[in-house]
Amino acid sequence: MSAVEVADVTKVFETKAGRAASTVRALDAVSLTVAEGEFVALIGPSGCGKSTLMRLIADLDEPSAGEVRVFGMPARQARLERAYGIAFQQSGLLPWRTVRANVELPLQLHGASAADRRARADELIELVGLAEFADRHPDQLSGGMQQRVAIARALAEHPRLLLMDEPFGALDEMTRERLQGELLRIRAETGAAVVFVTHSIPEAVFLADRVVVMSPRPGRITDVVEVERAPVASAADDAVRETDAFFRSVSAVREALHGRQGATPRAAPRGAEAR
Amino acid sequence: MTAAHWTDRGWVRIAAPAALGVAALALWEVGVRALEIQPYLLPAPSAILAQLQAAIAGVAQAALATGRNALVGLLLGAVVAVVVAALAARVRWLDQVVAPLVAAIAVVPIVALAPVLQTMYGATSEMPRIIVVAIASFVPVFITTLRGLRQVRPVHRDLMRAYGASGWQATRMVTMPGAVPFVFAGLTIASSVAVISAIVAEYFGGLQNGLGSRIASAAAQSGYARAWAYVVAAIALGLIFYTVTLLLERLASRWARIPVG
Repeated sequence: MSAVEVADVTKVFETKAGRAASTVRALDAVSLTVAEGEFVALIGPSGCGKSTLMRLIADLDEPSAGEVRVFGMPARQARLERAYGIAFQQSGLLPWRTVRANVELPLQLHGASAADRRARADELIELVGLAEFADRHPDQLSGGMQQRVAIARALAEHPRLLLMDEPFGALDEMTRERLQGELLRIRAETGAAVVFVTHSIPEAVFLADRVVVMSPRPGRITDVVEVERAPVASAADDAVRETDAFFRSVSAVREALHGRQGATPRAAPRGAEAR
Repeated sequence: MTAAHWTDRGWVRIAAPAALGVAALALWEVGVRALEIQPYLLPAPSAILAQLQAAIAGVAQAALATGRNALVGLLLGAVVAVVVAALAARVRWLDQVVAPLVAAIAVVPIVALAPVLQTMYGATSEMPRIIVVAIASFVPVFITTLRGLRQVRPVHRDLMRAYGASGWQATRMVTMPGAVPFVFAGLTIASSVAVISAIVAEYFGGLQNGLGSRIASAAAQSGYARAWAYVVAAIALGLIFYTVTLLLERLASRWARIPVG
């Protein structure tokens, strides 16, 4: 069974610009499969529908046509059964709750006992290295720390799928690289599948097993790049970023992203083939 | 490290406005004496202080009576405002019914209702004053609370949906705590409005026990310094209401004010 199965999904948004109502095809007949435990990055220019695709998988929006299945269930059922954890570009922490209470939120919503909640929250706060900040409020933390709390919260219910919409997009480069390494370590520990939306090529290549390249108007998958992994001690090792294999994959993704905008479109992009 | 601006020091922040106040009083005193201004125009601060000392028990009693009306009316108005705003935020048709009504209440000169209510309830009742205060306090609390309840950030809405939270859970965990600072912003405005309307409502007859009626009767009897003594008490009462609300606000939204350490 695959973690995510997106079959021929189209999403049309109705927009009202002035008096004329028009429609935007955010996604046009997109198909994508994410295997269990697989890390897939969605990359593309703004407006290519990568966030929309993630929102459809999360059942935060509904497709206009096509079907989304998560662990074999319809997206809505998967959401209600808490099949996934989710993190956004904004941490979305509740400012009046402490770090611990924020991590406990999903457990509290689903009726876990206070003792269980606390035990699990402390475990997760330890996992993201914020043990000494458990009783602080979000406003007292840096952006990177807030995002780590958001990741801990996403992991609260042992999800086998993590959905992440540019979670490091608002962070500085150094914090960003450190959190990328941490995410890979956490993912190795939990074995969860990840769908990760980003607009950074190195980020996509460093994190993902497969990079799905998308293009706008209408939103389509134009290419899928399998990332070459250099044999290093651990995938979370920053040394990965210096290997030839890493650079080759970065070039491959870049070509997939820009090649399409050149005078001669690629003969048969994989996304188009799939339709 | 750059030195903090001198006005940022704790004692300066208290001492500077105090010094300004004292200087203004001194100028007032000297001005009244030097220019021989008649008491009915402006009594000297020393004369007002003397009256305040002489009648301190009566002033305190009057302040208590007015303060009680203001407090009861404020609480009444605020509770109704929060409840109605909470309902309006959840029920769309109710919002559409209530919105024009609140706009109408907001523009009515509410203290002008005092004589009407006075005839309704009789001259010995505190109810007319309490109702005037409640209506006056209702408006700012209602408006800010409703705004606060509508202020839910999209990311929080997505999050609650992702967790499959019920409408009531989302209201209790996200919407209501997020609206608390807005409720207090409204309460801060309402606290001064409550004292002012409690005092002014007394000008329209009824019991002669509060600050407003005492100011009116002292002025009518040419007791100008005495009238001013009651005005001083009214200022003090207003400041107490305002400060207490501010303190409560600080307590209720500590999380929003903690400096980054």
